[in-house]
Amino acid sequence: MGTSVFYFVATLSVFFSLMVIFSKNPVHSVLYLIVTFFTFTVHYILLNAQFLAVVNFIVYMGAIMVLFLFVLMLLNLNKDNEPLKSGAVKVVGVIAGCCLVVTLIGSLKATAVSDPVILRNPNLGLLKNLGKELFGPFMLPFELSSILLLSAMVGAVLLTKKEKV
Amino acid sequence: MDIAFVIEKFVLVAIIFGISLLIAMYSTYAERKVAAFLQDRLGPDRAGPFGILQPLADGVKMFMKEEIIPSNASKWLFMVGPGLAMLTACIGTAVIPWGSDITIAGRVIPLQVTDINVGILYIFGVVSLGVYGVMIGGWASNNKYSLLSAIRAASQNISYEIAMGLSIIALLLVTGTMSLKEIVEQQHGWHWNVLYQPLGFLLFMICSFAETNRAPFDLPECETELIGGYHTEYSSMKLGFYLFAEYINMFVSSAVMATLYFGGYNYPGMDWVLLHTGPIIGPLIGTLVFFIKIFAFIFFFMWVRWTIPRFRYDQLMHLGWKGLIPLAIANIIITGIVIAIIEKF
Repeated sequence: MGTSVFYFVATLSVFFSLMVIFSKNPVHSVLYLIVTFFTFTVHYILLNAQFLAVVNFIVYMGAIMVLFLFVLMLLNLNKDNEPLKSGAVKVVGVIAGCCLVVTLIGSLKATAVSDPVILRNPNLGLLKNLGKELFGPFMLPFELSSILLLSAMVGAVLLTKKEKV
Repeated sequence: MDIAFVIEKFVLVAIIFGISLLIAMYSTYAERKVAAFLQDRLGPDRAGPFGILQPLADGVKMFMKEEIIPSNASKWLFMVGPGLAMLTACIGTAVIPWGSDITIAGRVIPLQVTDINVGILYIFGVVSLGVYGVMIGGWASNNKYSLLSAIRAASQNISYEIAMGLSIIALLLVTGTMSLKEIVEQQHGWHWNVLYQPLGFLLFMICSFAETNRAPFDLPECETELIGGYHTEYSSMKLGFYLFAEYINMFVSSAVMATLYFGGYNYPGMDWVLLHTGPIIGPLIGTLVFFIKIFAFIFFFMWVRWTIPRFRYDQLMHLGWKGLIPLAIANIIITGIVIAIIEKF
């Protein structure tokens, strides 16, 4: 039952990801992206990683995508003000895309099918275990990454205040 | 997973859904009555005794109105908006413990749909999704005022979510668990979390006013500036859904506040009552107490709405970013220091 659910959700993920690039309206694209993230949340739940699922839900669907939608709504992109691409750019795009496909197929053929990963502890994704791991063996990298994020935030604030300094 | 379990959960979900709709329906009546009381008027009193059938009359009116979809609107999203608002309002009730376990014929029935170990984060996630209904509806209407309102709603929600999350972190330091059931069980009797986290509760309450778009934070539907806000173009039951979702949100956030800070279904002297009333009536009295707390919060929401004038938009942002967030961070630090000192000695 688990595998069939996985394949169903995986199909949905691929379908909605394709809809992101195929829909003409950028706002529709973002909405499809939100649905794609929702299917990822379902994947995390299938892996019994409840905390990761909820955080994906809050951070990606609830915060980052709201900001995306916010910016797109403010820009109000229409067909009329979209810059027309010249023929040469289109040709270059097609060639680059074909190269990417060839590379991807080649690398996929080169790799062998991996064995399915079996978790030693199926409850690894639960909140308590994750917290113990993060604040135990991975204490230093965890704190360092938080300082990195803080410095990025300070930098962003500084950039907006440029003229007053 | 036996069939009895599925039936039990299904019945519970149906009951909770029905109660949420009923309370939302009568909140509209209560809102008008409270407004009338505060403004020294009578309020609705024509339909039935004391106007008690007024919500029914309003509902019938909403259903009978002509359905208009603006010709330049994005039709599909225009219809999705109100549905999404209603959905995100309703799914928050899934993790709230409505009462302690009931024992009927040897079978223990928990009065909670599901007790996931990240219950608080689930509520938080649902709250953060709530903005999509407003944003999609406002954008799809293809109306400048609706769009402005949608953008206001988005920035307001994001700003106040941060302070809300920070105030919850201080609460988690005290409780040490994210399961709502365990948090309620810890507040047995009168050990309510509001006694340990008064500042955290105040911050959480202000933020839930902002997240439910209630006055004084109802900038997204500010009539004097934006006509009707994000639902300017809506008519008929779609408008009804938006209005209804606001009252369900109010009900859910009252329930969350009562659960997290005011002991949920716990009350002083509950052990004595449980001993004398048995395993079915006893927990139900606890549920009744829980609902009394919820009604008190809903009344408070209304009381504030009809007493305090609306903020200006810059004041709203100042309060959120320069007032609430630093206070919430200070609350976390103080709570952490106090807990460390208590554990040391």
